[in-house]
Amino acid sequence: MAATDRDELLRLVICGSVDDGKSTLLGRLLHDAGVLPEDQLATLARDSARQHPNAPGQLDFALLTDGLAAEREQGITIDVAYRYFHTARRTFIVADCPGHEQYTRNMATGASTASLAVVLVDARKGLIAQTRRHSYICALLGIGQVILAVNKMDLVGFDPTVFEDIRRAYQALADELGIARVVAIPVVATDGDHVQTPSSRMPWHTGPTLLQAMEEAPIPQPADGDFRLPIQLVVRPHQDYRGYAGTVEAGCVQVGDTVLVQPGQTVARVATLHVAGEPADTAHRGQAVMLTLDPEVQAGRGQVLASADAPCPVASQFACQLLWMGDEPMLPGRAYNLLQGTGRVRARITAIKHKVDVHTQAPLAARRLELNEVGACNLDLDQDIAFEPYTTNAAMGGFVLVDLHSHATVAWGRLDFALRRSANIHWQHLDIDKAVRSHAKAQKPLCVWFTGLSGSGKSTIANLVEQRLTTLGHHTYLLDGDNVRHGLNNDLGFTAEARVENIRRLAEVAHLMVDAGLVVLVCAISPFTAEREFARGRFESGEFVEVYVDAPLAECEQRDPKGLYRKARAGLLANFTGIDSPYEPPANAEIHLLTAGSPPQRQAEQLAGWLVKRIVP
Amino acid sequence: MHCYHGTDPKHGAMTVSHLDTLEAEAIHVIREVAAGFGKPVMLYSIGKDSSVLLHLLRKAFAPAPPPIPLLHVDTTWKFRQMYALRERVAAAPDITLLVHINQDALAQGISPLVHGPTIHTELMKTVALRQALDQHGFDAAIGGARRDEEPSRAKERVFSFRNAQHRWDPKAQRPELGHLYNTSLATGETVRVFPLSNWTELDIWRYIRREGIEVVPLYFAAEREVIQRDGAWLVIDDERLVPRPGEGVQRRRVRFRTLGCYPLTGAIESDATTIDALIDELVHARTSERQGRMIDRDPGASMERKKQEGYF
Ligand SMILES: Nc1nc2c(ncn2[C@@H]2O[C@H](COP(=O)(O)OP(=O)(O)O)[C@@H](O)[C@H]2O)c(=O)[nH]1
Repeated sequence: MAATDRDELLRLVICGSVDDGKSTLLGRLLHDAGVLPEDQLATLARDSARQHPNAPGQLDFALLTDGLAAEREQGITIDVAYRYFHTARRTFIVADCPGHEQYTRNMATGASTASLAVVLVDARKGLIAQTRRHSYICALLGIGQVILAVNKMDLVGFDPTVFEDIRRAYQALADELGIARVVAIPVVATDGDHVQTPSSRMPWHTGPTLLQAMEEAPIPQPADGDFRLPIQLVVRPHQDYRGYAGTVEAGCVQVGDTVLVQPGQTVARVATLHVAGEPADTAHRGQAVMLTLDPEVQAGRGQVLASADAPCPVASQFACQLLWMGDEPMLPGRAYNLLQGTGRVRARITAIKHKVDVHTQAPLAARRLELNEVGACNLDLDQDIAFEPYTTNAAMGGFVLVDLHSHATVAWGRLDFALRRSANIHWQHLDIDKAVRSHAKAQKPLCVWFTGLSGSGKSTIANLVEQRLTTLGHHTYLLDGDNVRHGLNNDLGFTAEARVENIRRLAEVAHLMVDAGLVVLVCAISPFTAEREFARGRFESGEFVEVYVDAPLAECEQRDPKGLYRKARAGLLANFTGIDSPYEPPANAEIHLLTAGSPPQRQAEQLAGWLVKRIVP
Repeated sequence: MHCYHGTDPKHGAMTVSHLDTLEAEAIHVIREVAAGFGKPVMLYSIGKDSSVLLHLLRKAFAPAPPPIPLLHVDTTWKFRQMYALRERVAAAPDITLLVHINQDALAQGISPLVHGPTIHTELMKTVALRQALDQHGFDAAIGGARRDEEPSRAKERVFSFRNAQHRWDPKAQRPELGHLYNTSLATGETVRVFPLSNWTELDIWRYIRREGIEVVPLYFAAEREVIQRDGAWLVIDDERLVPRPGEGVQRRRVRFRTLGCYPLTGAIESDATTIDALIDELVHARTSERQGRMIDRDPGASMERKKQEGYF
């Protein structure tokens, strides 16, 4: 049972539906492999006796793996549990995954590091919806091999035809999903048949036992590929050392090699190299390195050092597949942060091409993605990234999306290919540009974005500010969210999707006006951080000022200049911000106006004075 | 671009051993902390996991010194040999080591012998840690916990988020896919980071052997003066632990699998005086590591509860 320091490591995920016997199988596996410590066995025996007073002496292996109080109370697995053991041949990390659909994101967490999936089915039930969903997610994540454990064979009389039917059905599913290798094994988890030792009750199974299959499964060796090093951080202890730290995600590198800093055109030679803290000449895939470049160049986190002979493709628009994991639905047009490699960029889903019924693989039309749904989407980033398709290199083609307000991880996705659209629609070059126009107006263009609850005083203050700026000779325009809804946006309602689109159009119009050299004042409740951040992202730095007009909800409701709060309270107006739709207060607004207790004239005066300094060239 | 594959057993060959994989992944995590947070700290408890963590911290930034300080939350009840190692670490020119003691509890004379393990641990570890993190404004704390230690740990993410009250919500953990770690914090949130999540006790010792890392000598078997109390062998490390009537002091060959507060940490009988013997003993071990910890003997999901309250 002695593994050595030089063992190979296999990471696998076990998935199955509730009551299929997953925990029992895993417990049985650990027990038969002889890796359960005596005190854990004693605890297990005690817990088993307490839970099952009518089955003295029997071990309930499920009690071994459910580690959270809520899990034991509800008798279900909520989150993935990791188990570690080794045999004479291998070290294993097993991710034990929850079966319920509502915990798919936890299942995906467990599957994301695995290179093998053990899929469990109940011989009496055969393939069920969960089997198909788990297999779909595993295939989406790139797991190319499955051990199909057909459990509870004792309840179907050890019948080989039952097993064979299930095996054949699963093979068909695997073929559709692109899972290349399936090993099917009939087992009885409670008794250990074909778990570690071959079963005399099913001599017709001539293939491996579960443990053998785990020991024999090929460990995928990704094609070595061309050198890729996403920069994690730049280490500068003193003037004479500038080290780039990161993990090699493909290929290898030697001192003296020429690398390209991507995105970008800068090339440099690798001057020195450290691997896991020690000086080295060469570094390979999977190693944590620190290197210096000659000449010293400007490069930073999020950029990639790549083989200069064979660099990464670079793009900002992609076809991708998305597994949505947020409690709030995904809305096309909304801004998110995208993490890929070591980079973080602003991203929007521009289109949902279709969502996927993960049970049948059928494409379905969709306007949004809900929790645990998978969809094929188009993705638009606000800057180029160096990448590789997920199937070529998972580390360079996998990404997650992060909500701008809650900071939660709301999606996992894979980049499939770059869209050439951006390359085909050319930007018409104009001889008169923003600088020329703003020079003619003798002002620096600016977008001032007023956000706040209805009735907080946005329009009042913006009106006064505009009067003041015009008096001073500036060319302004007040873009009021309500007014724009009478024209440009008269096709939009108040659903979450429509609100996102409303703000997108306001931001684009404001952007055109700033390009025309104007000072634009935008008044819109704009309740969501994501949309305000999207608007900000459309402008150059210094051209966008966010003004948070902050009045307590009770105060706004009491003012109620348009009678809208009364209607909302009466249930006549759905999705009203502050009542039944949230307002996410800005965390980084340039200006925070507390309107209660101070006359709007004074506030407008002060704000105008501050803005003038930004506008006067 | 092609490379010549060297034969250096540690770094050159193509087949990557699991220790190399664990090492590279842990370094990656430590670097993500340095890149992703404004004021990170590494919790240093002087045990074997902390020794490995410190070694990896140095490797992550070599040849530069680590940009992250160490913090020891001191209960004042550690073994003398632990304090000796801590002083050697603190004296290293590349290391900044901070020590925090819950002074209020110290002034009240909180002691594991008088107040019991639960109150002592709550005040001198859990509360003390919260005090230290708040006082310094650390937004990320790296710790040496491993998932194989205990069932609720087995469920915890590598980047584990805490609300402003330092509470862990096990039902609302962020998805964590591959090596893509979302390091953004909502207002008031902090994070605990566990680079050794996927290491086992055996991995830790193999790595200590391979890298020649210094650990507290108490991990190795020697004749020590012990008493038996509550079914555990306690080493009398100083005069504060007074044997009760009937608790005869004996000399036994013992060692420790984990190190904590000495009156709360049971030794095991062992002949493993060298690291090879220790690893051999572990490979054949039939008991789990934390068995010697009094504080873990509360019923059921106690560790989960302690963690929800802010225990590391
Ligand atoms: N006391 C006080 N009232 C204000 C202030 N700003 C606006 N109001 C009043 O609040 C009401 C709503 O303002 P309005 O500009 O229509 O809010 P909007 O819906 O956010 O554009 C008006 O009656 C304003 O006179 C302020 O700073 N202080």
